[in-house]
Amino acid sequence: MTTITTTALTRTFGPVTAVSNLTVELPSGVVGLVGANGAGKSTLIKMLLGLIPPTSGTATILGFDCLTDGLKIREVVGYMPESECLPLDVSATEFLVHMARMSGLPASAGRERAADTLRHVGLYEERYRPIGGYSTGMKQRVKLAQALVHDPKLVFLDEPTNGLDPAGRDDMLGLISKISSDFGISVVVTSHLLGELERIADHVVVIDGGVLQRSTSTADATQLSGSLLVEVTDEADVVMSRLRDLGASVAAGRAPGSFAVELTDETLPAAVVAIVAELGVGLVRLQRRRHHLSEIFETSGVTS
Amino acid sequence: MTTPNDSVIHDIGFRHYDGPRLGRGWAFRSLLLETLRGAFGLGRPAKVKIMPWVLIGLFTVPAIVIVAVVILTGGQELPLTYTQYPIAMSLLVSLFLAGRAPYAVSRDLRDGIMPLYLSRPIKRQDYVYAKLFGLAIAVWIFIATPVTVLLIGALLAKFPVRDQLLGWVGGMLMAAVLALLITSIALTLASFTKRRGLGVAAVLATLVLLSGFVSVLISVVTMQRSGATGTYFAVLDPYLLVDGLSAAWLGVDPQNDFAQPDGALGTLVFTAALVVIVAGMVAILLRRFRKVGGV
Repeated sequence: MTTITTTALTRTFGPVTAVSNLTVELPSGVVGLVGANGAGKSTLIKMLLGLIPPTSGTATILGFDCLTDGLKIREVVGYMPESECLPLDVSATEFLVHMARMSGLPASAGRERAADTLRHVGLYEERYRPIGGYSTGMKQRVKLAQALVHDPKLVFLDEPTNGLDPAGRDDMLGLISKISSDFGISVVVTSHLLGELERIADHVVVIDGGVLQRSTSTADATQLSGSLLVEVTDEADVVMSRLRDLGASVAAGRAPGSFAVELTDETLPAAVVAIVAELGVGLVRLQRRRHHLSEIFETSGVTS
Repeated sequence: MTTPNDSVIHDIGFRHYDGPRLGRGWAFRSLLLETLRGAFGLGRPAKVKIMPWVLIGLFTVPAIVIVAVVILTGGQELPLTYTQYPIAMSLLVSLFLAGRAPYAVSRDLRDGIMPLYLSRPIKRQDYVYAKLFGLAIAVWIFIATPVTVLLIGALLAKFPVRDQLLGWVGGMLMAAVLALLITSIALTLASFTKRRGLGVAAVLATLVLLSGFVSVLISVVTMQRSGATGTYFAVLDPYLLVDGLSAAWLGVDPQNDFAQPDGALGTLVFTAALVVIVAGMVAILLRRFRKVGGV
């Protein structure tokens, strides 16, 4: 099922083109939106929320037109901004009730859902204390809760793991998976860390400089982005040529004895081990590596 | 509020909401009400409540004293009328507003909350109007409290009921005009800073200094030139402007004689000044918030 469709969507700010001729379809589930800072992710989200009109092109979200149905869209869509956005001198409960009403929920329903939502994101007794005293992780949870409090059909999460420690990052990623799988709410999550998104996203969209680089389901992306780093003690040339005979694409590394193998086939690691054992040389390193985001940008001229 | 008890919380999973979504009007009302509650520190920690309630107390005590004196000494009329009271006590009104206007907008700017509001089913200008009317209603309630104490005292002292009720209604009306006028000015000043302290200083300095400056100006001009030229300068001070409008519209005695508008032309100029100032401030506010929120 498609939640968001854009057709030739373009937005310029004076001489700067933030989003350029973007045509993409996003399915339901968790969609990762990857791009470096300034790649146009936030501009895209603001256009989809109906907050800024596109310079040209069209976009529909949950069947609503972004140009004309902004109010309708914002009733059923949640948004967690990247920036600090919480009032410090009210409690999380008070704040969530207010945000629920701002989304159009009646007073009593707002109170009920505020308590429910805070429980789901993992805030319990502390929810009665002013937000100013919360840790970064707790504040991120409140930011997530305010995006969910009105039971949206779709949420935009802008860099939700920013500023979190590794444990907090894992918790947040777990919560995001839960939003999609348990709550049945579609998620569009942005990050500049592809590895992070690969763990939770069903579909990854890569944009750079406002231009679509790639839109694939995560299974494809992982496969495409894998490579194998190999380092042997001796006879690296022989190992490389044997691998080339097997049809693998091999690139010599900078250090003598090390090279990289494009992971086009899941049997390749076993083949490397077999060749090394047969030659009787030492295997120093056999490491599966994901491409960094920058490499994806360099290699992907084609979109699928 | 929930009360602590021994019951067990069962995890019933995520519940979906399929009730009504009330849309833009309701969201506007909610933001207005939140602003009004915030102005009195309701739903906020105790330290936020202190200033507004201390000021309400200080502002109301003179009214209670006046009422007590009138009842005990058997006076024939209130020494300060319903329209004169807030003008005479203008410093306290300014203090209340100087605290509350930055609380209403500077805090939102500092905390960066605009993106959250903008992602709700409201439009950008709704935020400005909700803040303006929410705070203006708070100021109106602030002024209405002692004015209503005066009415209760007047009725207890068995003054003619009809006259007193009419006077009180006039007082409420002019309180609303004053509230809207000074709130639009204070909110505009406060909207240009994220720092509350700076906002408080700016609002207080503007309202208090303006009063002093305009009074001096009027005395100087009146001394130099005979006639009513001096009274026109009253439009520069919001309190004198409303004082003059009370005299012009309701025919009551102004608190300051030199604020009495000069005939039909004076009334016209005073009324036009009110409209121009409020409209101008709203235009500046709308312009100010056109870019806030990173969009």
